[in-house]
Amino acid sequence: MTTARSAPPSLIGLYLGFAQIAISAFGGALPWARRILVEDRGWLSDEDFTDLLALCQFLPGPNVVNLSIAVGARFRGAAGSAAAFLGLMAAPVVLITVLGLLYLQFGQIGSMRGVFSALGAAAAGLVIAMAAKMAEPLVRRRPVTAIPIIAAGFVLAGLLGWPLPLVLAVLGPISIALAWRVSV
Amino acid sequence: MTGFGTILLILAGQFSAISLMAFGGGINTVVPELHRQAVTIHHWMDDRTFADLFAIAQASPGPNMLIVTLVGLKAAGLAGALVATLAVCAPTCLLTFGVMRVWDRVRASRWRAVVQQGIGPVSVGLIAATALVLSRAADRGPVLVGITLATAAFAFFTRFNPLWALGAAAALGLVGLVK
Repeated sequence: MTTARSAPPSLIGLYLGFAQIAISAFGGALPWARRILVEDRGWLSDEDFTDLLALCQFLPGPNVVNLSIAVGARFRGAAGSAAAFLGLMAAPVVLITVLGLLYLQFGQIGSMRGVFSALGAAAAGLVIAMAAKMAEPLVRRRPVTAIPIIAAGFVLAGLLGWPLPLVLAVLGPISIALAWRVSV
Repeated sequence: MTGFGTILLILAGQFSAISLMAFGGGINTVVPELHRQAVTIHHWMDDRTFADLFAIAQASPGPNMLIVTLVGLKAAGLAGALVATLAVCAPTCLLTFGVMRVWDRVRASRWRAVVQQGIGPVSVGLIAATALVLSRAADRGPVLVGITLATAAFAFFTRFNPLWALGAAAALGLVGLVK
């Protein structure tokens, strides 16, 4: 276990720290967030990080965006949240917008067409692997409750195309009730 | 055709709601809903464009929620990109900021653990649905199906950075093996 080693960051520090997380983060920002906030900059102890991460994973929304709000607020209040959030989002949003404009302009031309088709197929494969990796521990630990819920989510949202609010309204209470029964 | 202002309003309303429904796995749990809104209901793009935009968001640095920026961009240009991005961030950011103050009490409570446990399998089911929606959109022939399966196996069984798989796929596309 580590303790926080450094003085609390300034607003500019928060902006730059989260900007560094953003540009390092290819395919998943959370491991980079831990590395930069805990190891490189020493703002948070391991325990603090785990605690804030639990909050961000419990609440809805993109986890690393929530993390920028929580870490910023902890050190510098609302202004800190704003600085960390802007640091995290500014460069990636500009970059993705430029890439998006290039795609919309040139994406249908000749060999670019093939590149994007192949990238789309590969990205779908990454999501299959992600689902499998997340399913594995759940299915091993509590197969009786996890498998039917996972299957139902796949069928309702994927095969039948139900709206998300409906899927959550049906499966959320059932899954939480099952988890509650197991925990009693 | 829906007017420009109306599209921005739809983006703001729908994407704020989607933000608050993105439990347990971030944006990947709400991709089926994004697809339903962008392709099925509002016809802002076809299946193929949706799959392409998702891939661009994956290959680009930053939070993987940036797919919403691209959907907004395609639906309503730069204003759409901005509105979609803010709509997905604002509600959940405000919620996080508010809950910070009471988190110590919430964290220790039994209902928090039970709710979090209950969310787990639902999220995984939704991510599996995301995988299906994207595969259906992207896999328009045997070579593309092969790329999807090979990438899935590579990312599941090895610990290499998944960017290698995206790079390899892009190379196959560039040399003309894929249409």
